[in-house]
Amino acid sequence: MKPSPFDPDRPALDVEGLCVDLRTPSGTVRAVDGVSFGVHRGRTLALLGESGCGKSMTALSVVGLLDPVAEVTGGAVRVGGTDTLRLSRAERRKLAGPVLSIVFQDALTALNPVQPVGRQLGEPFRIHRGFSRRRAEEEAVRLMTRVGIPEPRLRARAYPHQFSGGMRQRLLIAMAVALDPDVLIADEPTTALDVTVQAQIMRLLRDLQTERDMAVVLITHDLAVVAQRADDVVVMYAGTVVENGTVREVFSHPRHPYTKGLLDSVPEDAVRGRPLPAVPGSPPDLSAVPSGCVFQDRCPLVRERCVRERPPLRSVGASRSAACHFSEELHRV
Amino acid sequence: MSETPATETSATGTPAPGTSATGTSVPGRRFDGRADAPPLLEVAGVTKTFGHGRRRLTALDGVDLRLRGGETLGLVGESGCGKSTLARVLLGLERPDAGTVRFDGTDPFTLRGKALLAWRRRVQMVFQDPFASLNARMSAADLIGEPWRTHRDVVPTAQARERRVRELLSLVGLRESDAHRYPDEFSGGQRQRIGIARALALDPDLIVCDEPVSALDLSVQAQVLNVLSELRERLGVSYVFISHDLSVVRYVADRVTVMYLGKVVEHGRTEDVFDRPLHPYTAALMSAAPVLDASRAAEDAEIRLRGEIPSPYDIPSGCRFRTRCWQAEDRCADLAPPAVSRADAGDPGRPGQPHAALCHFPLAGEQS
Repeated sequence: MKPSPFDPDRPALDVEGLCVDLRTPSGTVRAVDGVSFGVHRGRTLALLGESGCGKSMTALSVVGLLDPVAEVTGGAVRVGGTDTLRLSRAERRKLAGPVLSIVFQDALTALNPVQPVGRQLGEPFRIHRGFSRRRAEEEAVRLMTRVGIPEPRLRARAYPHQFSGGMRQRLLIAMAVALDPDVLIADEPTTALDVTVQAQIMRLLRDLQTERDMAVVLITHDLAVVAQRADDVVVMYAGTVVENGTVREVFSHPRHPYTKGLLDSVPEDAVRGRPLPAVPGSPPDLSAVPSGCVFQDRCPLVRERCVRERPPLRSVGASRSAACHFSEELHRV
Repeated sequence: MSETPATETSATGTPAPGTSATGTSVPGRRFDGRADAPPLLEVAGVTKTFGHGRRRLTALDGVDLRLRGGETLGLVGESGCGKSTLARVLLGLERPDAGTVRFDGTDPFTLRGKALLAWRRRVQMVFQDPFASLNARMSAADLIGEPWRTHRDVVPTAQARERRVRELLSLVGLRESDAHRYPDEFSGGQRQRIGIARALALDPDLIVCDEPVSALDLSVQAQVLNVLSELRERLGVSYVFISHDLSVVRYVADRVTVMYLGKVVEHGRTEDVFDRPLHPYTAALMSAAPVLDASRAAEDAEIRLRGEIPSPYDIPSGCRFRTRCWQAEDRCADLAPPAVSRADAGDPGRPGQPHAALCHFPLAGEQS
């Protein structure tokens, strides 16, 4: 059995106490506040949360692609034991591709519109391995074949706009796995796609992961995608981790009221005509995150202590934790 | 609730004066959603193409729909299937090339002037993106009351308008004090409530909801879905509910229409379509959608479709799904698929609840 990511055994990617500040016209806000997680090779960890919870910001800090208005102000991002936050730009760039790689959500903006895709796909080989243009393009064709693009030799000369959304996403994935990274981060890789194509792309990712024994971090807001594709889950809310553990345990017995609220509001098993158990209110603005528990305004269990004191992420079972003072009260069914 | 004759007068296209005035609506006011209720909306053979010459895009190809008063019809399909064009036709924004639309017995495309204006009140829309669909420079009260600038007689006095705005705000679960706030002071879910209140301002019979919750966070989606179903209970309003999210459609819709490349490939009661799909595309769509319940999502049971949706400029001959269908044979390329019913697939189904699909080889319905 593979070790769980919360195991002290060294994970392929180990993020510890990551903090990211965001400069806005109305002052600096903390977008990511002490986020920690680890992923081992061969496992998939989902960063789950709603818009503005800091999941994408976390991913971008890990690969060093944060927008200039955001700044990492604390923590460590260890890949194979090295803290990438302490590396120089040039040293970091050496890791991008062979060690750490990312698949973005929007394939049309992530690809260069004025370059044939074959040349773009060959680029990692030219930069990191010093291949000739011809040899790099050979590699590109091989990759295109692997990710299921029909007539790869011909299509290598086409431009991104000549591909469908699903095919473009395949190209991005091909580029991300070109140099056999240890860690692959997938930021909402299928949200822009139709359901049937979504399933194809998730399958491709899984096959590539098995084939190359990669650690995958899947960033998503879709609970069902997490349920089906991830081994472990980190639930984020307002920049913090509110719960983590294996998907199986967290989804069957959530120990944070936010996780429970999310799971309950999926209409999957709901009876028509009966109201859905909705979480009241909406996530807080980052400039107005409450000082106690981040979820206090929307929580059915809220008490005076929650307003006073922010609950730390504490162990609530074997290799799982939750940030709730009253987590035990959810321990039922 | 018994049927009220309020709509009898409006069957001619001119609503009885005063029926849609300031008062709060009563449940069951129009139709009671019974199986034998007359259809509120009937779409037959609607075809719509865009472009000209040889390069024509077929958005809708002979689409049929039926919706009874008080009912919710779910419209499901992937991008390019024509669901948004169909919504525009239902709103009278797009004139079909062929086929008929009958709303409460009247073809809206034959109406002009005052009669057309009166008809427009009866069909309203809720848009997908609550950030793009509200003018940032208008207050909630102005946004909700904007339709009354065109339809002046609905709420005639300023005083009545103010009262009606307060009523509408509370109907969608906002505070009366929200009336004078601006869109950027609201969250996504609250904005969508304003969009819903605006759609209700003219007291419509039908609201077309185009992906009304897909831009919202999950924890907020449920709130908005609850508002929509509450309104249906209280006002008897009908919905055409367009969504790519099958679990949402299953929750809100009484009946479901599945579209593929401009054609309705299957329709029937929600339970029938979801639990025992006849068309292979429907079955594939259901099995491709990820579900929470791990036991229901046995990966080997997943139907794997090959390829992607063909271009609507170049629709395959015969059955348009054949290029991705695992059952396709020569016949599928040569002949347009026949309409088959549940009974043809060896199952009597429910009397009076048609469940049909367009397929040469309908599924036997053993899917759980």
